[in-house]
Amino acid sequence: MTETEAVSGRGTREDNNRGIPASGSTTKISARNFSFFYGEHCALRDVSLEIRRNQLFTIMGPSGSGKTTFLRALNRLGNLIPNTRHEGSLKIDGVDVYGKGVDVAELRRRVGMVFALPVALPMSIFSNVAHGPRMQGVRHPKELEEIVEKALRDAILWDEVKDRLSDNASRLSGGQLQRLSIARVLALEPEIILLDEPTSGLDPISTLRIEELLWELVERYTIVLVTHNPLQAARIDSKTAFFLMGELIETGSAYDIFTRPKDKRTEDYVSGKYG
Amino acid sequence: MTDRRVTLLFAGITGLTIVVLVFIIGYIMVNGLPGLTLSFLLESPREMGRTGGIFPAIVGTVLLTGIALFIAAPVGILTAVYLTEYTRDTWLPKVVRFGTESLAGIPSIIFGLFGFLFFVIYLDLGWSVLSGALTLSAMILPTIVRTSEEAIRAVPDAYREVSLALGSTRWQTVTSVVLPSAKPGIMTGVMLAIGRAIGETAAVIFTAGSSLRLPRTLLDSTRTLPVHFYILAREGISLENAYSTAFVLILLILAINIAAHTIMNRLTGKER
Ligand SMILES: Nc1ncnc2c1ncn2[C@@H]1O[C@H](COP(=O)(O)OP(=O)(O)OP(=O)(O)O)[C@@H](O)[C@H]1O
Ligand SMILES: [Mg+2]
Repeated sequence: MTETEAVSGRGTREDNNRGIPASGSTTKISARNFSFFYGEHCALRDVSLEIRRNQLFTIMGPSGSGKTTFLRALNRLGNLIPNTRHEGSLKIDGVDVYGKGVDVAELRRRVGMVFALPVALPMSIFSNVAHGPRMQGVRHPKELEEIVEKALRDAILWDEVKDRLSDNASRLSGGQLQRLSIARVLALEPEIILLDEPTSGLDPISTLRIEELLWELVERYTIVLVTHNPLQAARIDSKTAFFLMGELIETGSAYDIFTRPKDKRTEDYVSGKYG
Repeated sequence: MTDRRVTLLFAGITGLTIVVLVFIIGYIMVNGLPGLTLSFLLESPREMGRTGGIFPAIVGTVLLTGIALFIAAPVGILTAVYLTEYTRDTWLPKVVRFGTESLAGIPSIIFGLFGFLFFVIYLDLGWSVLSGALTLSAMILPTIVRTSEEAIRAVPDAYREVSLALGSTRWQTVTSVVLPSAKPGIMTGVMLAIGRAIGETAAVIFTAGSSLRLPRTLLDSTRTLPVHFYILAREGISLENAYSTAFVLILLILAINIAAHTIMNRLTGKER
């Protein structure tokens, strides 16, 4: 057994495993020479990659390598910051994310995002999860309750909060908040879920549960996961991209990245020589 | 200094503040309470206010302040939203902020003069409830814009990002996340504005006049409680009634504060 297999405890999975039908393997997200700038600072340079439908795609890289920038480019949240610009193209389902006539709110509903630092909206646990659906016009209390319960169950949070749904969400622990943000996104039934270090505040057991959860969710969603932790990338064992200083160094299955990296820098990172 | 001493010092200062407050309110209460009967509240004044009640002045005060707030609060809060949420990185908020700051420092009698020249004479509204209310709304608008803007700015950007990332529009984010979090700050501003408007004499005497009759239309002249109090005291008509009027004014401010809280809660919706 290789070291990777030892960590994940099971055989390396294919790029797109668990028997996703061939019809699901069309391109969902594609970046072509995509660059992103904060003022003069180039945070992403000429990134080209493809992510397929119902794929779990892991972006791994050290701090400051542009992982978050890439995620925030996908739902156009990066534009909120003044003096930012991009070059190249970024497409979802073949449609340019930055094209004219793109309904940004609709785009963000389809591309859910879980932030690295989980934030509770200043309202109850229930309202946090119900916020998205409410803004989509779901008003019926019964319907909202069903959506909220399902989302919280899917995010493995239901049992911990079911008796205090009307408590203010800021009372949750960091790890619970992280799962609440996942539930918030699930409640919208998006097509793509972007997760920015979703397990940074979790204990090892919860981390494993979330990682397992990702493999369940990927049957319904396309998932892009960001992590700075090579061990996590190895455990999750999906198609993996390695970012370094704003550049995409290489992509491949986790198995390939960890056992036969094409680039020396990748090898250094997975063997623990960087940050 | 040790923590213990600092605590003691602050306790002392706080105590002093409370003593001053209690003394003023207590003094007015002791002097005003004897004259405060139901008929004082519900009757019209006779002999310039030496006898009789203050009913028209109560109506005038509530009308003037209410209408002024009804105009200035929505305009002020929406302006603040526009400045913070839609034009934040432009020159506009800076210019408006400078303007509101300057306006907030202007003595109310200047507003009275402006109201007199513009509403009373130029628009030919005469001494009326409407002229008074419009003048008051112009006077309190800067306070409301300024405090609302600060309250809205203090809402963490992370809330906006989360809400936007969940597919809400900017406007939905404003109404469902930003304004509810800014509510306490906005309320404080509105309270300050009410306090300023309800206790105003100079701006009101120039624009609403000092008629003792009950206003029947918005174009009738009227007299507010502070104006009544001012005339009673200055012209030595009745000091007892002046104190009773002052006491009613304090009670009214209390009642309006409570009502404003209730309305705001209703408007922005209680969370589940
Ligand atoms: N709002 C911003 N303004 C200016 N520069 C920024 C901004 N956000 C990020 N950057 C810069 O862009 C680069 C990439 O940042 P990014 O947040 O994408 O890194 P990351 O890979 O997510 O790092 P981490 O693992 O620490 O979260 C960094 O050099 C960072 O300083
Ligand atoms: Mg990041």
